[in-house]
Amino acid sequence: MRLWFALLAALVPLQVLALSGEEVMKKSQAAFLYAGRDFKARVVMKLINKDGQERIRELTMLRRNSGEAGGDQKYFMYFFQPADVKDMTFMTFKYPAKDDDRWLFVPALNMVKRIAAQDKRSSFVGSDFTYEDVSGRDIEDDAHAIEREEKLGGRDCYVVKSTPRAGDADFGHRFTWVDKASLLPLKEEQYDRKGVRYKLFTADEVAEVKGFPTVTRRTMKNLQSGHRSEVRYVKSDYDLGIEDSLFTERFLRQPPRKWIE
Amino acid sequence: MNVRRALALTVSLLAAPAAADLTVSGFLQQNTAFNASGANPDGRNYKWLEERAQLKLDASGGSWRGYFKGDAYYDHLGRGEGTEVREAFVDYSAGAFDVRVGRQVITWGLGDLVFVNDVFPKDHEALFSGRPLEYLKRGVDAVKLGAYPDLASFEFVLAPSFRESRIPEARRFRLFDPLPTVTNHESMKPDRGEWGLRAYRDVAGYDVAIHLYRGFQRTPSMRPDNLAAPARITFFYPELSVFGASLSGRAGPGVLSLEAAYYDSREDRPGSDFTVPNSQTRLLAGYQLQPWEDFTLNLQYYAEGMHDYAAYRAALPAGFPLEKRWSHTASARATQFFLHQTMRLSVYASYNASTGDYFVNPELRYSFTDRIGGALGANAFGGKPWGQFGQLSRDDNIYVQLRYEF
Repeated sequence: MRLWFALLAALVPLQVLALSGEEVMKKSQAAFLYAGRDFKARVVMKLINKDGQERIRELTMLRRNSGEAGGDQKYFMYFFQPADVKDMTFMTFKYPAKDDDRWLFVPALNMVKRIAAQDKRSSFVGSDFTYEDVSGRDIEDDAHAIEREEKLGGRDCYVVKSTPRAGDADFGHRFTWVDKASLLPLKEEQYDRKGVRYKLFTADEVAEVKGFPTVTRRTMKNLQSGHRSEVRYVKSDYDLGIEDSLFTERFLRQPPRKWIE
Repeated sequence: MNVRRALALTVSLLAAPAAADLTVSGFLQQNTAFNASGANPDGRNYKWLEERAQLKLDASGGSWRGYFKGDAYYDHLGRGEGTEVREAFVDYSAGAFDVRVGRQVITWGLGDLVFVNDVFPKDHEALFSGRPLEYLKRGVDAVKLGAYPDLASFEFVLAPSFRESRIPEARRFRLFDPLPTVTNHESMKPDRGEWGLRAYRDVAGYDVAIHLYRGFQRTPSMRPDNLAAPARITFFYPELSVFGASLSGRAGPGVLSLEAAYYDSREDRPGSDFTVPNSQTRLLAGYQLQPWEDFTLNLQYYAEGMHDYAAYRAALPAGFPLEKRWSHTASARATQFFLHQTMRLSVYASYNASTGDYFVNPELRYSFTDRIGGALGANAFGGKPWGQFGQLSRDDNIYVQLRYEF
């Protein structure tokens, strides 16, 4: 019996060391984008151009996981700002292995329309974040390898290199600094297909919300254009009991105040 | 509905729930459309020239919500000053039911400027005068009941009084008039209401809906008092029922939309009254795709067929333009965003292969700041002199919209 314990004790750190790049990214995605059964955040996004001019996008984002981390999710977004999109709602059913389903409610015409969503790498509401940056990129789409381990801002991190398996991504490869303790991505450097630094993601503030480490401030900067997008979660919470029935046309047209405030 | 009365009603309703949470917003707007191919029938050179302010109040507390959207405007082309209640309603929701009472915009169907199941009132003049797209829809004064059992979602609309679509005014647009010498016109609106029912649900990943409507044609028909020597023309809204269905969902790389409807022209089932539209079948197929980032292409094919064509031909008086049994229209909209989606270039083009009618609307829209936005666009029309767009061939215009939102 004692031998078994000793063996186990010896094996455990080995297993941790032996995490593959893919496993690190899987765990990181689970911590970053799948925490809790559901999630709600009031999001303020600043789009800042290279001259410092700002545009504000403010929304409430609701997320519900359909199953395990890495699986299907539903997203519901309600826009407060800017004025020309106020009361607009947007719903995404995210499927990791195929194109999302997306619906948009246009309040000016009181019309719900389904929108084409071939390109998950396209910009989310004009920001430097892509749809995949918001709701996650399929782990299988890239090959992941741990390049090294190093400290970032005093925290031990894995540095994972991810290279798209298909040639249609807008980036050539990227490095992600994954915090060993929280498993959150603290920094990501994307390189374009010519190998030039392209985009820089930083987790600027991490806070614990209901026991879940949460990136409450983040920035995505386009190093080539100088444009950047800063996201701040003014309020965020997990496990609120968001029901599946919220993600329907009924509530897209008439979003319940209790969920969007 | 009178603005002051609607506002007072809304404010009192908004004030009722003590814990109500009120937001106030709105805009100031200037909108001008310059003629691009000659003067109006009234001699003016603008299709639209107007300043407008809008106020929106939105309050909610518990299961209640009150909403008011009202405009005040000054029109420089003879209509002068005025006010308009765009929307004013109260919502109540309880579990799997909800109700909305008051003036509200209702939109059914999937078409882009093509209407198969969207039987609710529109403002065609707004569309052709370079006004913002939201003015395409007119509110209806109605009660809307929603029921959402697991089986499907249901939306029942009951409007006690009929509200017509607004057609371009003859002083501003050169409309086709088969009897130009008759100037004694009268208009008769239905004195009864209308109702509609929509049921929808997901079927294997597709959004499927059926639509039923019983009411009237939204645009008027004209009937001369005496065909041989007409002295007076009556504009009226023939009885109509619509039975329709729609479907949308992913197909290949894009989104497919299909709509079909049977227009039962109840006022003239045999089809032998040339003043009343024939019963029709309307079909629409649309396909939307996003070939590259920030670019969307929407293609549509629309067909409209008459059911009693022989009776229509037999009854049509000499000198009146003869329509074909089937009308086929192809349309497309291309939209490209620039500058972090603060600039949008869109082009809508529609061509009717049966009549040669076309309508083209390019538009460049830009948000100078989060509060100040503008648009520059054009409307170009052409085709047969009696066609939907052909009659407007001398009404081409270039428009500017400027808006400050608060």
